[in-house]
Amino acid sequence: MSEASEALLRVTNIETFYGPIQAIRGVTLQVDPGQIVTVLGANGAGKTTILRTICGVMTPERGHVMFDGRDIGGISPDRVVRMGLCHVPEGREVFPFLTVQENLVMGAYTRHDRDGVHRDMEMCFGYFPVLRERAGQRAGLLSGGEQQMLAISRALMAKPKLLLLDEPSLGLSPLLTQQIFGIIRRINAEQGVAILLVEQNAHIALKTADYGYVLEVGRVVMEDACIHLMEKDDIKEFYLGHKETGVRGRRRWKRKKLWR
Amino acid sequence: MEDAARLLQLVVNGAAAGCIYGLIALGFVLIYKATEMVNFAQGDIMMLGGFFAFSLIAHFGLNYWVGALLAIAATAAFGFALDAVVLRRVIGQPQFAVVMLTLGLGFMFRAAAGITWGYDSVGFTTPFTNRTVHLGTMVLGEDSVSIIVGTVLLCAALYVFFSRTRLGIAMQAASQNQLAAYYMGIPVRTIFSLIWAISAGVAAVAAILLSPVSMIDVNMGFLGIKAFAAAVLGGFGSIPGALVGGIVIGIVEQLAGYFLPAGFQEVTSNVVLLATLILRPQGLFADTLRKKV
Repeated sequence: MSEASEALLRVTNIETFYGPIQAIRGVTLQVDPGQIVTVLGANGAGKTTILRTICGVMTPERGHVMFDGRDIGGISPDRVVRMGLCHVPEGREVFPFLTVQENLVMGAYTRHDRDGVHRDMEMCFGYFPVLRERAGQRAGLLSGGEQQMLAISRALMAKPKLLLLDEPSLGLSPLLTQQIFGIIRRINAEQGVAILLVEQNAHIALKTADYGYVLEVGRVVMEDACIHLMEKDDIKEFYLGHKETGVRGRRRWKRKKLWR
Repeated sequence: MEDAARLLQLVVNGAAAGCIYGLIALGFVLIYKATEMVNFAQGDIMMLGGFFAFSLIAHFGLNYWVGALLAIAATAAFGFALDAVVLRRVIGQPQFAVVMLTLGLGFMFRAAAGITWGYDSVGFTTPFTNRTVHLGTMVLGEDSVSIIVGTVLLCAALYVFFSRTRLGIAMQAASQNQLAAYYMGIPVRTIFSLIWAISAGVAAVAAILLSPVSMIDVNMGFLGIKAFAAAVLGGFGSIPGALVGGIVIGIVEQLAGYFLPAGFQEVTSNVVLLATLILRPQGLFADTLRKKV
């Protein structure tokens, strides 16, 4: 990993609560400029909560969120967006009664350069040609995959330095998931946008990302470059679902792993 | 022939009254769509708008148009402040708290207006007072015609604002998906306060358009009850529905006043409200695509 000063996003020891329930128990992670970082974890591990804490919808009880050299813990999300951090929420959350084009215009709400907005809309249509065909349609009438494309494009319209992606594969067919992750990689490479990706589909997330964190019940239990993570036995067994052929030649499918 | 003209005249007068209900109902619907709050003080905000106009035009002697514009702006600013200072705090509280709060605010506005402007009915001269237009055999008051024309113009302006401007689309976006609007960098709280400002401004327009027809007094806010019926008839949450609902109630009321014994006119709006709730509780213009949470 690079030096601390170079990190685009640096989260240190954040703890976040839903009322009395602690969802994040001291998480530290960082994203460098132009990097794709993934956070893996099961249901309820706190992945979404981390993203919500970073983008400002939730305020961390303890710890710091540094973005681009400034502490953004507790700053409201609309101001965080202006600083260049955009969140694609879980479940897409498009504006159902606005047209596709209006949705994209809303993505650029914080910007005032008309030409740039127009150019970026063309760029989004370039990545997702189906959106151009549907430009005049209400977003609520799009299919799930198209809505996900729209949600990613809408976030890109804000010209972010860092994109937070929450489960882009949710509810999509495997083929569509492949396509969307392919485009995510292209966007990262061509636009230089750093991406923090939260996924349940560990296989594709590890293939896409450069660096990965494994989260369990609110803690980071493992972190490494994705190529190394993929080789680890625990990851293989619990996240990638590879069969482990033991001495007795059958899979120990009921074994529970404790990390602590 | 004379009967037909008579009927048409009733319909026009009813439509004029209905436009006023529709405009107040529009205020209900705008706020409800955005914040899921029902503002029972809407009628009283209209009353305040009427008194603002009265003060500016009759008291300070301003030109009608200038005074009207200033009164609309003042009422809109009042609506903005009301949301920013008071109502923002009850977002997320049970619906009941909002109902009590806005009802209570309505009482306060009525009392404050009574103290400031007195309890007598007041009025001011407008360019439309006591003048008539002849259309064939029909004789129409210019006041009624000005209400209808004013409503149409206002609705056209609002339509263009909400569908063409960035701010208007952002208001729609914030109404449809608050969280996503936040993620896009739309300042949702300010937007909601602006929506309150618009609906207060629309209420002031209603009061000013109404002033040549009926006097301004402290209790004119009770028109809000009829407007509420209009909003329910239109399917609470549909903007064209609110206007159509208002016009239907206005016309039904006029016809009831003419054809039925005295006293029926006053209750027709409630009859329409009950009939709507029994026969078509989703209203005339229910959204075909439900808002997903």
